[in-house]
Amino acid sequence: MSESSAPLGAVDRGEQSPLPAYEPLAAYEFAETDVRDWIALLKPRVMSLVVFTGAIGLLVAPGRLNPVLAFTAVLCIAVAAGACGAINMWYDRDIDAVMRRTRNRPIPAGRIEPGAALSYGVTLAVGSVIVMFLAVNLAAAVVLALSIAFYVFVYTVWLKRRTPQNIVIGGAAGAFPAVVGWAAVTGSVDLVPLLLFSIVFFWTPPHFWSLALYANDDYRRAGVPMLPVVAGARETRRQIMIYTLLLVPLSLAPWYVGFSGPVYGVTALVLDAGFLVCAFRVLRDRQDAAGVSLTGDAPARAAFRFSIAYLFLLFAALAVDRLAG
Amino acid sequence: MDQDPPRPTPQQAEAMRRRRRGRNIALFVVLVALAALFYAISIVRLKQQGPF
Repeated sequence: MSESSAPLGAVDRGEQSPLPAYEPLAAYEFAETDVRDWIALLKPRVMSLVVFTGAIGLLVAPGRLNPVLAFTAVLCIAVAAGACGAINMWYDRDIDAVMRRTRNRPIPAGRIEPGAALSYGVTLAVGSVIVMFLAVNLAAAVVLALSIAFYVFVYTVWLKRRTPQNIVIGGAAGAFPAVVGWAAVTGSVDLVPLLLFSIVFFWTPPHFWSLALYANDDYRRAGVPMLPVVAGARETRRQIMIYTLLLVPLSLAPWYVGFSGPVYGVTALVLDAGFLVCAFRVLRDRQDAAGVSLTGDAPARAAFRFSIAYLFLLFAALAVDRLAG
Repeated sequence: MDQDPPRPTPQQAEAMRRRRRGRNIALFVVLVALAALFYAISIVRLKQQGPF
């Protein structure tokens, strides 16, 4: 038996002992990671919104999909979204380490080795597309692959660190799941899924910029050119208002093209009114000459919270309307 | 000359063992769930194709 095979936990530290003294392991050496870290890599909170919009796309599409295949389609959407999160965390590990909000993520905190996170993300991404193709159909698999590629290459690698319009164009990645859900049932893409896509696309800037307004210091420290960092808080508040105004007619479009009924129409009107009020309060937030909020960005925090409820309720109303109608 | 790698303290070794066990259980659950899912998908697809 070799000297190095002595059991762990031996306590003999005499001078004749072949064992080195105990010493705390560095983070990467202490790499028996917790299951929760691997789940955290999938960004479960983002995943929940993606799963929801994907499931709604599937529910409101004309036609019927076997429940097992419908479950598989939603699972593939969820896994693909998680894979994007893992790859994003791998690529952004340098900026995550300097941002308060993200520095305790598994990679910057040293609990998961970067290469392992990348392999995990790529495996899940490829696996989700293959299963979608084999179990559901080609159209859904193609749109799913497109959404993964868009999120990873267009948003994460190309846009995020280069332009303050990063989340405007990157918002498309979050808008894909509804289209994937629709394509899973119909095998094609037409006007209605594109409307759902547009709603999420135009919802993303006011949603994310509301967060960016009060997480401004984090993004500045990390050198990420978010709109508040590059153009200032005042301009960001103006852009939030503009995008919310653009969102209103789009959110009503399923109603006036005849795809949905009054349940959706009335819900959309009420939610739009609420979102406009939130955006207006953000615009009129008390601020100093430099545009810095004097209220601790209370209106932006409220707008961020409302925006999440907005999308959930809007899409839920669409599903209720379609299923009841 | 090669240096011995650092050894975990007994507390670290116990924590590592616990985490490894947790990961193994999670992996087992995922694999069983995947096998069940693929079986169900196969049955549904075969039914959709009709009799041979």
